[in-house]
Amino acid sequence: MKKMNEENSKISVRNVTKVFGKNTKKAIQLLDNGANKTDILKQTGATIGVSQATFDIRAGEIFVIMGLSGSGKSTLVRTLNRLIDPTAGEVLIDGKDITKMKKDELREVRRKKISMVFQKFALLPHRTVLENVEYGLEIQGIGEVKRKEDAVRALKLVGLAGYENQYPSQLSGGMQQRVGLARALANDTDILLMDEAFSALDPLIRKDMQDELLELQSSMAKTIVFITHDLDEALRIGDRIALMKDGSIVQIGTPEEILINPSNQYVERFVEDVDLSKILTANHVMKRAETVQIDKGPRVALEMMKKLGISSIYIVDKKKTLLGGLTAADAREAIDTGKSLQDILDQDVQTVTEDTLLTDLFEKVSQAIIPVAVIDENHRLKGILVRGAVIGALAGNNEAINILQKNENEPLNSAHTEHKEGQ
Amino acid sequence: MEGLLPKLPLGSWIDVFVDWLTITFEFLFDGITVVLEGIVEGLLAGFEFIPVILMIILITALAWWLAGKGVALFTIIGLFLIDNLGYWDPMLQTLALVLTAVFITVLIGLPIGIWASQKNGVKQVVTPLLDFMQTMPAFVYLIPAIFFFSIGVVPGVVASVIFAVPPTIRLTILGIQQVPADIIEATESFGSTTSQRLIKVQLPLAMPTIMAGINQSIMLALSMVVIASMVGAPGLGAEVYRAVTQIQIGKGFEAGIAIVVIAIILDRITQKAGSRKKGRKK
Repeated sequence: MKKMNEENSKISVRNVTKVFGKNTKKAIQLLDNGANKTDILKQTGATIGVSQATFDIRAGEIFVIMGLSGSGKSTLVRTLNRLIDPTAGEVLIDGKDITKMKKDELREVRRKKISMVFQKFALLPHRTVLENVEYGLEIQGIGEVKRKEDAVRALKLVGLAGYENQYPSQLSGGMQQRVGLARALANDTDILLMDEAFSALDPLIRKDMQDELLELQSSMAKTIVFITHDLDEALRIGDRIALMKDGSIVQIGTPEEILINPSNQYVERFVEDVDLSKILTANHVMKRAETVQIDKGPRVALEMMKKLGISSIYIVDKKKTLLGGLTAADAREAIDTGKSLQDILDQDVQTVTEDTLLTDLFEKVSQAIIPVAVIDENHRLKGILVRGAVIGALAGNNEAINILQKNENEPLNSAHTEHKEGQ
Repeated sequence: MEGLLPKLPLGSWIDVFVDWLTITFEFLFDGITVVLEGIVEGLLAGFEFIPVILMIILITALAWWLAGKGVALFTIIGLFLIDNLGYWDPMLQTLALVLTAVFITVLIGLPIGIWASQKNGVKQVVTPLLDFMQTMPAFVYLIPAIFFFSIGVVPGVVASVIFAVPPTIRLTILGIQQVPADIIEATESFGSTTSQRLIKVQLPLAMPTIMAGINQSIMLALSMVVIASMVGAPGLGAEVYRAVTQIQIGKGFEAGIAIVVIAIILDRITQKAGSRKKGRKK
């Protein structure tokens, strides 16, 4: 990961450390000298919640902080709005250090810039759904009409129109968390902190909520900091993931980077059980396609196949649009009968798009005579799927997986592919 | 062992201290006396102005509205019994004394409880003080109360307040501190001020617990009526006290039953009023 310049980051966390207990000064000293969590606990009795965390969160991304319970992830996210005061370090929100803010400045930031969704929903049981969603606006002194309008709009966004006058206890867990989300959205802040927001929900509802969050995000473009202990959830929704262990950040990267290039054994163990077929796409496993342009003759095609030692080749036009495939046998026959490539090409070549998940392309790959072609939305040939490479990738063989390079200046989802030249 | 250490003159110190208090704060005590006497007598005058039958109907209606049919039935029978036994006027005097004591208790206890729930230091000072107030025999308060407020209903109210205020304070602290931490975090995360958090979140959620505390305070204030009568407070307590000194078993029993009836009515009404609010949320 290239180091980001501070201007384009929404939240900058610089060396944030949280020590619980007494003797915090000595604990920080020990930490600076490289002592670990257990040693510090033994020597000072202080517990390290977060240890020297440094990272940047870009505007508009979903940044997932993942770790097992006790890894400090919930503590870390609470330092971002100072529900927990960091012992050392700074947290810059839009360039302003909130650790140095006075009470009223901090309150203003919490009202206008950061809102939060909680694991156990944390709704107010004595207020209706509508009154819950209005809470953040109400305490800012916003008029009754305006705040009701905003609250109703937020409820509509999360699909809870019509439930305004219910009490939280009358709703299911999933619906309660929608209220929590609506309450956070009603304030219209740039930053949304979600502390294990979906962890208390059952798996099906959780998945729905993840989808809805992604859908909402595509229209809202908020900066979301999402805490989870669930790797699948992190991979599904995260643009980038920070992995935490014992209060330290172990690795930060895109889901692919973390899966394919675990930076140490801890991360490796964490990700070893992931079902790669549901993460990797055709893009990750495709090989370079050998092509011949349509205006060449069958002789050229056959010659190329011989030279490369392959039994089939793809026919494309000048723009690399895929026209069809050709086997060596068909090429030989065409030479004998004097036909052109146009006459003999096999138009029924199986194709998949770049972002097809491996799990969805097994069947095609296993049945294809000519290897399955990978194409983009303009039907241009991007690569081919060779059975060996697909199986190799599933086995976790890094040689078989292409690392997708992401350009810093490009939006995150339009990554372009490059072949990896060894590790 | 005698003579090894001279006896600590704790008693004389307190005597001197109380004397000093009496003289120095005379104006204050006089002021309190006037105010408390005013409240008790005002209430009593109001009660006595209402005809017995109407009063019974009003209290029964209140019981029905807040606590349901069963309690209403008990109320109407109980009140008629009291009237029948001839304890109506003493009963009203007791009611005026108890309600005044409870009013002052809430007036003092609620703010102290809220304050102590927000500041740990305050709580650490208040808690042992409450222990002291509750365990010190109530009679002991009566002696300085007479000095400060002379004989009558006022020292009775003051002693009742001292004895009855701890549960209100304790349960206010408990109720506020029992509000789940994640709800407090949520209100903080939206940028609430301390008073917004208190008024919009903590107090409403603590209300059932606070009401339970006030209910306990009412019961304690009622239990003080006999003791209060020793310093000249009129009412059912005085009837019991007279019966005891004259060894009239039957009379003592009658007045005692009247106190029990009032206690049960007040208890049920305030208890249900507390839990009724809780029920609305479900």
